[in-house]
Amino acid sequence: MNEEVPKGQQESEGTGRDAAVDTSALFGPSVDCVEAVHELYSYLDGELTEVRREEIRIHLDWCGPCGGAAQFEADLRKVIANRCKDRVPRTLIDRVAAAIDDESRQHDAKH
Amino acid sequence: MADQATFTEVAMEFMPSLYSAALRMTRNRADAEDLVQETYLKAYRSFGSFQEGTNLRAWLYRILTNTYINSYRAAQRRPELADVEDVEDLYLYKRLAGSGGSEAGRSAEDEALDRFTDDDVKAALEALPEAFRMAVLLADVEGFSYKEISEITEVPIGTVMSRIHRGRRALQKALHDVAEARGLVGSVPGVSRE
Repeated sequence: MNEEVPKGQQESEGTGRDAAVDTSALFGPSVDCVEAVHELYSYLDGELTEVRREEIRIHLDWCGPCGGAAQFEADLRKVIANRCKDRVPRTLIDRVAAAIDDESRQHDAKH
Repeated sequence: MADQATFTEVAMEFMPSLYSAALRMTRNRADAEDLVQETYLKAYRSFGSFQEGTNLRAWLYRILTNTYINSYRAAQRRPELADVEDVEDLYLYKRLAGSGGSEAGRSAEDEALDRFTDDDVKAALEALPEAFRMAVLLADVEGFSYKEISEITEVPIGTVMSRIHRGRRALQKALHDVAEARGLVGSVPGVSRE
């Protein structure tokens, strides 16, 4: 992935069109593809410090392949969550309700 | 202090996600149902000690996890020591990207993701060794933070993080194996995946 030219490289070389460009110029070189991929999970999990989060985000915005990989990982996460749902058997709902009912009556009887 | 009388009102809505988690933990329906019932009973009995205003869902998952570990794993004399193999970063992405998308405007990897069925994903997750399965389940399916998972499983946060990350990569390999076995990837003649 390192051979890819980051999307924002031209801007970083001094066109200075907007605020994001200035930030990129500051932080861009500090994160390479290896670091970005290594910290991708922590980034997607929202477990990085604010500063680090921004550094990684800028890299992902710049670098097409890393950005694509990040999008894929985020999509995969959604697929995993959505595919792991199960219907609760009606009998289980009734069983649990009955067990709690039972328990509360036993409790009341004791007092 | 939480009032026991309000328990069913506030706790029953979590049953679908608790039941799914119980299924992934026990890997069978009968045990999952028993585990959920036991969890609710224990939660009801100790609801007085639940601090109102704190995270009820995390509290219920903590009871579920404890109950699973104490009652359903007790039969095993030694806790599972199985490890996951080291799998490279972006394992699935590297193999699915460019594997031949057909619909306009959609990437090959997005199409491949859509072809995974519920059973594929459940089987891949359930194939992970327990410690990794729990970490990935709580993070990716249930959406808990590293800190919450650390509290639910009573495992240090650094270990939690390592298990989530390594477990995810192992899950990707398991999913890829499933996809390959079902001919979802790598089956197009003349198209190289490498």
